[in-house]
Amino acid sequence: MYRETQIIETDNIAAAGADAAGAALVINVGPQHPATHGVLHLVITLEGETIKKIEPHLGYIHRSIEKMCESLSYRQFIYVTSRMDYLSAHINNHACALCIEKGLQLEIPGRAQVIRVLMDELTRIASHELWWGAMAMDLGAFTPFFYAFRERESINDIMEETCGARLTMNYMVPGGVMYDLHPNFQKRVKSFIQLFNSKIDEYDDLVTGNIIFQNRTKGVGVLSREDAISFGCTGPVGRASGVTCDIRKLYPYEVYDKVDFDEIIETAGDSYARYQVRLKELRQSVRIIEQLIDNIPEGDFQAKTKAVLKLPKGEFYSRVETARGEMGVYIVSEGGTTPYRIKFRSPGFSNLSALDHMSRGSKIGDLMAIMGTLDLVIPDIDR
Amino acid sequence: MTREAMKEHITRFLPDALFEESGEWLNVYVSASAWKGFAQWLRNEALQMDYLFCLTCVDWPPTAAAKTQAPPDTSGGGLLTMVYHFTSTVFRHTLVVKIKLNRNNPEIETVSDTWRTAEFHEREVFDLFGVRFLHHPDLRRLVLTDDFEGYPLRKDFEDPVNMIKL
Repeated sequence: MYRETQIIETDNIAAAGADAAGAALVINVGPQHPATHGVLHLVITLEGETIKKIEPHLGYIHRSIEKMCESLSYRQFIYVTSRMDYLSAHINNHACALCIEKGLQLEIPGRAQVIRVLMDELTRIASHELWWGAMAMDLGAFTPFFYAFRERESINDIMEETCGARLTMNYMVPGGVMYDLHPNFQKRVKSFIQLFNSKIDEYDDLVTGNIIFQNRTKGVGVLSREDAISFGCTGPVGRASGVTCDIRKLYPYEVYDKVDFDEIIETAGDSYARYQVRLKELRQSVRIIEQLIDNIPEGDFQAKTKAVLKLPKGEFYSRVETARGEMGVYIVSEGGTTPYRIKFRSPGFSNLSALDHMSRGSKIGDLMAIMGTLDLVIPDIDR
Repeated sequence: MTREAMKEHITRFLPDALFEESGEWLNVYVSASAWKGFAQWLRNEALQMDYLFCLTCVDWPPTAAAKTQAPPDTSGGGLLTMVYHFTSTVFRHTLVVKIKLNRNNPEIETVSDTWRTAEFHEREVFDLFGVRFLHHPDLRRLVLTDDFEGYPLRKDFEDPVNMIKL
């Protein structure tokens, strides 16, 4: 299972963070490990079975997207951002589009706003489904993976029909969305929601109530509220620790202030709380879609924009809620057709930084139960 | 807290702070030497900025710094501007702190003891911009290999093989 192991020499023990008396063992998990879901490399210092320290080594999929974007125009760079958090491609595109619209002071049509929110929520469901299946698989339950992928497939089909792609859609552009909805969209989303509502209880039966699952996740990887804020944890990880951090509620964008949904807050801060937040969020996303699917306004799907966009000199920042937490896009513009500097604040990066703190003192067997609930997407962390 | 109230609090603590209000949020420029004390004050005193949601750096090579920065940078060495975005989870106000560093010798105190998220973000900035964070607990490269030369996010970085230019 592990790539290599090595026993540290006695004089290195103090440096590795273990006491001088106990023998410290350093093991490497990843970069090719089935449960890291990507090329993440963790160097773990163990004393017996207890985790003393975790050092994430990043960069295996670093493409320097921020540098790349500096030479791409405002219309072009959005395509690159689909490749960061590929499970929230729509929402990444959305963040970039919002930031550019902020710079251009562009009002986007009502139809585009509703389409964007619908797509975001469908993406959120798809992303949480993949997480749910993969997380259960990390803990040894293989069946949920197939259940989750069965429903996720219908969302990918809906995306394919309207956006022309299943994962990296590049559907949201400055000013609205790229094409109008496919005529089948409403019908297919409605039938998906109907199907999904009947399946979502099955998820609870299959995993949530399972006593083995509960024993493995309750009280594991506890993150206190103060630590969650200090580490910048957002999304389900932050909300499971009791932090009010849903950008959709705090700083509503598009039509999120007009729809009715709850921000899910748990206070336990352990792996089970993070699991519960995500499962409950699935139902909230369904609620949002149900309210909007019959109320898509008629009209343009894209505002009129110039062929070449030029942002005025200044700094623009937009925040959105992806499936993993707060995503920020910070653009420094010098008035040209390309950004002078662009920074993506990715939720996974901050969530990962809390892993060491959460796992210290836990048993090595609990590591996957902790890491699984962080829902890490490595290209989002490395960028 | 309103913009004016924040300005008043900051001016009382740090009389020589400069403000810039053109953007969405209040921007404040402080000097690198005042940063450590100011950071702790921001976190713990009146403003309660407990959530550092974005930490990054912007490179201004000599020509750009002399042309576009206000006041213009006349040192000839260029600037690296550290940008910190803060929000208070208590008051929900947002503040942007900027610190101009000398591009040839960028050094600044770490704030990873005040906001733990800074530890990783500062390592990233160290890696990609070459800013040295003093008293950082573990200042090593984060994403690039140990033998990588140069700082890729600086404007004058050229990679002969992998560079994308349009």
